[in-house]
Amino acid sequence: MTTQLLLVQALNGLQLGILLFLVAAGLTLVFGVMDFINLAHGVQYMLGAYLGASLAAATGSFWWGLVLALPAALAAGLVLEVLVFRHLYARDHLAQVLATFGVILFLNEGVKVLWGAAPLQVAVPPLLEGGIEIMPGLQYPLYRVAVLAAGVVTAGGLWWLVERTRAGMLVRAGATNAAMVSALGVDINRLFTLVFAFGAMLAGFAGVLAGPIFSVEPGMGDNVLILAFVVIVIGGIGSIRGAFVAALLVGLIDILGKSLMPDLMRLFLDASAARQAGAALASMLVYVAMAAILAFRPAGLFPVRAG
Amino acid sequence: MLREAWLPLVVLVALGVAPLLGFGGSYETTLMARAMILGMAAVSLSFLVGGAGLVSLGHAASVGVGAYAVAILDAHGVTEATLVLPAAIGAAALFSLLTGAIAIRTSGVHFIMITLAFGQMAFFTASSLAAYGGDDGYTLYSRTELLGTRLLENRLAFHYICLGLLAASWGGCAMLLASRFGRVLRAARENPQRVEAVGLAPYPFRLLGYMLAGAMGGLAGVLLANATEFVSPATLSWQRSGELLFMVILGGAGRLWGAILGALAFVLLETWLAQQMLHWKLVFGPLLVLAVIFLRGGLSGLVARHHG
Repeated sequence: MTTQLLLVQALNGLQLGILLFLVAAGLTLVFGVMDFINLAHGVQYMLGAYLGASLAAATGSFWWGLVLALPAALAAGLVLEVLVFRHLYARDHLAQVLATFGVILFLNEGVKVLWGAAPLQVAVPPLLEGGIEIMPGLQYPLYRVAVLAAGVVTAGGLWWLVERTRAGMLVRAGATNAAMVSALGVDINRLFTLVFAFGAMLAGFAGVLAGPIFSVEPGMGDNVLILAFVVIVIGGIGSIRGAFVAALLVGLIDILGKSLMPDLMRLFLDASAARQAGAALASMLVYVAMAAILAFRPAGLFPVRAG
Repeated sequence: MLREAWLPLVVLVALGVAPLLGFGGSYETTLMARAMILGMAAVSLSFLVGGAGLVSLGHAASVGVGAYAVAILDAHGVTEATLVLPAAIGAAALFSLLTGAIAIRTSGVHFIMITLAFGQMAFFTASSLAAYGGDDGYTLYSRTELLGTRLLENRLAFHYICLGLLAASWGGCAMLLASRFGRVLRAARENPQRVEAVGLAPYPFRLLGYMLAGAMGGLAGVLLANATEFVSPATLSWQRSGELLFMVILGGAGRLWGAILGALAFVLLETWLAQQMLHWKLVFGPLLVLAVIFLRGGLSGLVARHHG
């Protein structure tokens, strides 16, 4: 394991973290403000990737795909909110988990019907082809750098939106005490719908960005969803700042674990056993970290609600 | 309570006589065995969800631990039930004890998430067991033997063993919930503060309940491995846990026997839809959503309302 490889893996980890943050941001707001578990948030990421891929193919340009996919993802989120989720806000978490699980089954299958079960390939836009030299003799793909930059800019914009605008203030107030905000005359249902649709769009955005890096296939949202849940639980439910820190942490742990663990295991085991055990341990690392953090800080790193 | 329970008794009797009434073919018994085994897992989950108020999204992991215990012992030539059963149930109980010790410190959403996380850990562990098939799963050399006899190979015998154990786990869970131990669990579900004020800490009660449910899941896992003679990481996937939860809710979480109805309805619906069309999940998903939104109290709630 050279320094160069370590650097590349760290960058990959940060970039996975950024994508996770975009998914987790919507999830944590919906969770925090509405106390609503949305398992279907992962399929919204998948939907974004599919919309981006097919719109890019239809228009011939990744950028048009991106621009058109965002409002489409927003609309899909709104439709789901009106049809399904709205009826579940007052129900317990169990009902929410199950109904959104049903939405996952439906959308994963629907995607298979519409686009087929085979993975779609999305080309990197010509503008972002090639790599840049981050160290002498070390190239890193330009597109991945752009994803990192886009994620950081979005995170900044989101921070500004939540911390500095009136809408953000309402969202924060809603995360702390939704009943009180409603009593003060804010239309909490409209706020819910807005937060929801916005979260769906962010997840869709992450999906479009992920298109050229990962393969676009049915079920691609499920793993991301579970990692995003780990992120928001580690970060503290409802906290954007917590989601950001935890997303980068989870991204780094996941990618670095996957590349380092097999080598680490080779100290104790022979090559093939080390590869097996290392891969298994690496997949578990994120969950071990979550269990460890929850064991000591049951409300996550940056708890929003007091008590 | 008993007055309501006529339906599950009818269902159990129906399952008992079905092989004698022309449903004894390989296809029908396989289907029924699957429903009964999933019913056992669902009853133990219902004990947790409805009884103790612990919504676990990782219950498939304990089923999977039991199933993998069968596979691992099988690979080492151990197929004797008197060895396999205690080992599998013990492993599932131990897994639940260890993960529960951490998970039960949290509550609500965090509990759901942390059980999901532990389920995922078990899933990835199973995927990495290269000696036992890894991602592809492991085909058993033979079914578990009972005192050296190949009793479980017999279709009818296996059917009645599943039925007996399903009835036993229902009865066992019902007795547990009715006992002093179960009363503490139910009280802690309703109001943990009051239970503490009375001088009882809910934690050890919940942990024991979680462990017992895990042990029952492990038993279901042993049967599941034997029914299909195959074990794969998919047994432990979080989707499987979601399906188990759905069976509990479909049947109605308020009544233990609801889980039996839920499992039966789930397996029949899934099988029937899969025969009707290729993309059956397109119908199944919305049905699930509708069931959650409109069918409050589940199937058992419907029955109880008609007789209430």
